[in-house]
Amino acid sequence: MKAPKMTYARADSVAQALALLAEHGDGANVLAGGQSLMPTLNMRLSKPDLLIDINRLEDLAGISVEDDAVRIGALTRHAAVQRSPIVAEHLPLIAEAMPHVAHVAVRNRGTFGGSIALADPAAELPACILALGATITVESVRGRRDIAAADFFKGLFETERQPDELLIEIRIPCQRPGTVHAFMELSRRQGDFAIAGVACAAETDGETVTDAKLVYFASEDRPTLAANAVAAIAGKVWSDESRSAAMAALSEDLDPMDNLQGSAAFKLHLQRVLTGRVLDQAIERARAA
Amino acid sequence: MSDSGASSVFEGPNSHIGRSLSRASARRTVAGRGRYTDDITLPRTVHAAFVRSPYAHARILKIDTADAEAMPGVVLVMTGAELAERSTGPWIGTLSCFEGMKSAPQYAMAVDRACWQGEPVVMVVAERRALAEDACEQIVIDWEVISPTAEAETALDAGTPVLHPDLGDNLAFTKTIDRGTVDDAFASADIVLEESFSFGRHTAVSLEPRALLADYDPGTERLTIHTSNQVPHMIQAVFARTLGVPEHNVRVIAPDVGGSFGLKIHTFGDEVAATAASIELGRPVKFIADRLESFVSDIHAREHQISARIAVSKAGDIQALEIDDLAGVGAYSAYPRTSVFEANQVLNITAGPYKFENYRAKTTVVYLNKVPTSQYRSVGHPIGISVGEHMVDRAAETLGMDPVEFRRRNVMPDDAYPGVAPSGVPVNDLSHEACLEKLIGLMDYEGLLREQAALRKQGVYRGIGIAGFIKGTAPGPQGYYGSGGAPIASQDACTVKLEPSGGVICTVGVTDQGQGVDTVMGQIAATALGIPLDQIRVIEGDTDAVPYGGGTYASRATAIGGEAVYQASCDLRREILTMAGILLQSDAETLDIVGGNVVTAGSGEIRVPLSEIGRIGHFQLGELPNDYQPTLSATRRFRLTELPYIFTNGIHGAYVEVDTDTGFLRLLKHWVVEDCGRLINPNLADEQVRGGCVQGLGGALYEHCLYDENAQLLNGSMADYLTPMAAEMPDIEVAHVETPTSESELGAKGAGESGTGAAPGVVMCAVNNALRPFGAAVTAQPMTPEVVLRTLGKI
Ligand SMILES: Cc1cc2nc3c(=O)[nH]c(=O)nc-3n(C[C@H](O)[C@H](O)[C@H](O)COP(=O)(O)OP(=O)(O)OC[C@H]3O[C@@H](n4cnc5c(N)ncnc54)[C@H](O)[C@@H]3O)c2cc1C
Repeated sequence: MKAPKMTYARADSVAQALALLAEHGDGANVLAGGQSLMPTLNMRLSKPDLLIDINRLEDLAGISVEDDAVRIGALTRHAAVQRSPIVAEHLPLIAEAMPHVAHVAVRNRGTFGGSIALADPAAELPACILALGATITVESVRGRRDIAAADFFKGLFETERQPDELLIEIRIPCQRPGTVHAFMELSRRQGDFAIAGVACAAETDGETVTDAKLVYFASEDRPTLAANAVAAIAGKVWSDESRSAAMAALSEDLDPMDNLQGSAAFKLHLQRVLTGRVLDQAIERARAA
Repeated sequence: MSDSGASSVFEGPNSHIGRSLSRASARRTVAGRGRYTDDITLPRTVHAAFVRSPYAHARILKIDTADAEAMPGVVLVMTGAELAERSTGPWIGTLSCFEGMKSAPQYAMAVDRACWQGEPVVMVVAERRALAEDACEQIVIDWEVISPTAEAETALDAGTPVLHPDLGDNLAFTKTIDRGTVDDAFASADIVLEESFSFGRHTAVSLEPRALLADYDPGTERLTIHTSNQVPHMIQAVFARTLGVPEHNVRVIAPDVGGSFGLKIHTFGDEVAATAASIELGRPVKFIADRLESFVSDIHAREHQISARIAVSKAGDIQALEIDDLAGVGAYSAYPRTSVFEANQVLNITAGPYKFENYRAKTTVVYLNKVPTSQYRSVGHPIGISVGEHMVDRAAETLGMDPVEFRRRNVMPDDAYPGVAPSGVPVNDLSHEACLEKLIGLMDYEGLLREQAALRKQGVYRGIGIAGFIKGTAPGPQGYYGSGGAPIASQDACTVKLEPSGGVICTVGVTDQGQGVDTVMGQIAATALGIPLDQIRVIEGDTDAVPYGGGTYASRATAIGGEAVYQASCDLRREILTMAGILLQSDAETLDIVGGNVVTAGSGEIRVPLSEIGRIGHFQLGELPNDYQPTLSATRRFRLTELPYIFTNGIHGAYVEVDTDTGFLRLLKHWVVEDCGRLINPNLADEQVRGGCVQGLGGALYEHCLYDENAQLLNGSMADYLTPMAAEMPDIEVAHVETPTSESELGAKGAGESGTGAAPGVVMCAVNNALRPFGAAVTAQPMTPEVVLRTLGKI
């Protein structure tokens, strides 16, 4: 469990990091918090020629509000996001998800951008930013571009980011009045990756869900919007029937695979249970608002 | 035998017995000053890494090591065949006490065939571990894959490949205990209930992995092995014999050990190979198992399937119990302790607390192309206790009797000893009744019943579990390792010496792995000698320094080693008093030792400090009569003479909540009442119980070595193999009943493992108590959410 031989470069500027990425492309790995990358290196599951350490790029860290959106720099540590009053006020969904992201020690090092760049299908943050309609900014020597979260996650650990691009920031629209959020996941132990989970951002009118983003994680190869489940309840007064309808429709949205965490049937069952619970909570919050 | 004289020593003002002192090593290790094997680096140390079989079963056609040997920093490449030439022969993991048992010869590294995924095949030794790993990647092996035997259920079927053709079949061992008239009892029983169970494989996952630093000095022909180990003398004997070094030239040192749990009482081929490399190279060789290789090379445990039936009368008496166990061990029986002790213990202890006579228990142990299994904390007990207590609960439920009432009626009474458990194992000094009553009070059983009933109306399903047990601890010589042919001492020993300063050196054969064995030994010695604790230094874990002993396993350190310390300390005390009597011209009988001074017995008047005895005894012998030559040291050994084990007993209670929609369990509270005889250090005993419970809960809920049909381990990393973590663990309340064993004067029994033994069973009982309204019962461990949902028919 010793990492293979590789070259290490500590970037002192974004420009330098981009130049190195342009030169080495696929052969380079960006090192952010290292919480996911270091184990894969030590297990020799990946063998980059070059490691580009971006931890000194202070410009990439920070949380601010700009134009009704919260901007989270890629290098912002999970712990900083969890503690942020801005996030608590404007992105309560993310604030609620944060304690589920790993453990304190991992959150102290792990970065928001790292989680998004990694695109683990069981991770919380990709699901949250998809539910919230975020935009991801990447940059290379070729220039900067914005990618909608809906276009960013392409598959298992696969994203729209090109090998020479650095993830710069994530912009997430502030939660508007009249919308409610809810977040739930099931993991075997506190801090583990989820075996089922859902991030919900809903628009409600009294007891009626008028529209919602229900994003499931830990089921598919990427965070997945459940259009059918939402269609089953949209415009209807929340009731036992609509709960059952949403749960039933979920099998048209999700087709989980058997894996070490359990069988497909087990995982679909859990997502169904969470569907009912998360919408119950959303309605409850709408009532309270 | 316990006598009042001894008891008064333990209860007197001088006594350190029954005091909750913190572990001697606690402050040091928390401050980062622990010194583990990997912290020791000798000049010229090189590092070993291993190429391991990627297949569960495959023939080695060709090994090409040329590229690896040519790599910079590589100092040695050794194949299994080359290691075999440097060894005295293969091991055979059988013991004569297991009649009819068979196992194939096993080499330290695979010679022409690998029999499990992870078996070491080639060793590379290099200047650094990373270089050794680089070189391992350059070794090319041509394999011919052979179909593996992966399932215990079909291992004995005609069509199943036989792992070791010379053995004829895949059967390792079979044994049946048959007592009373089981068939008649079932035939005439009022009620017969049947159930089948399965228990998953798991492994120890010690925080510090296996670690070894071998240092052969060609000049002195001495071999020094630093190793994270519980049994230095066994390692000395096995390594010396395997590698042809005279035993007395081998020194084994176990420095700080970061957890072991039975893992570190076995012989591992990679460690032998690294030691052989040191002999070959004449320089120190270090091998630290990394986490990934630990999963496929540390011993595994459990993996049993059991069918059981119980006969009960309408009145509520157990009439008979029958169990049929199938255990899948690994590719070889572990050397030298075997892989069948676990199954044997299942037969011995199942339904151990109860007073019925018709008992039949059979085990069939089969070989599989998997990692060898062997002794792991609370050997066999989690299985036997889960099965026995579940059957008892089912009987009570069927009769409509409260599970506590049923147990009250059926446990062996506290005045029934000496006696025998249903399996026929002798038991003595037990306290099932007292423990049960204490537990009921501790957990407020009636209150829990009320709360459970109220919550059920709200759709909240909570369950209350009770599980009693007997636990084999501190084995004696009868029918045990040593008499079975293994180089393992069942006795343990202590030497205590008075130093010129008046301080005492206490050397013991038992070892500390972080549980505080050294602290406890110090408390015993200080009490027997009458000196302050800080005047004693306990030395353990070094075969050059300590008297020969078995080491620490099977909850034996305090029960066996502690008695040796007590006896040796009493001898030294007598000698000190004799010498003081001569110096003071007083009758030794009128003197005592209190607070490190010889005093007048009774009045406590200080007569002479021990430093004076030490000074005169070492430097001023002329002050003593010529015919008197004090040694100021004493050595005593202790072994059991009457019993094969000191069985202990106790009982657990558990309160759990089942989310019947998700199958998730919440452990709300756990209670333990334990009788480990005389309590030397209540705090350390409690912590052993708690840690043990957590380990048991790990097996019950989380830990599982998952194999596919090709016998490939699927979850061999800490990301996928789930160990219990603090957030999910319940508060564990521990209480004690103290019934000293009559085997020793000290009266201590073992306490290290019982938590692990009973925790899985009590949680299974609690879960099933919660699921009772659904008419469902979980009988598979680990009890994952998926298992619970399947039991409920929800998926
Ligand atoms: C024990 C444990 C439990 C965990 N549990 C969870 C959990 O429950 N939920 C969860 O979501 N995560 C979990 N994680 C993962 C953790 O959240 C990681 O920190 C996170 O996934 C990656 O962030 P990082 O900064 O550590 O990235 P790194 O490990 O440094 O990098 C991860 C990947 O992203 C790339 N990358 C990182 N930053 C950039 C960038 N700015 N531009 C381009 N590429 C980049 C890297 O090249 C690498 O491929 C867990 C980790 C551990 C060790």
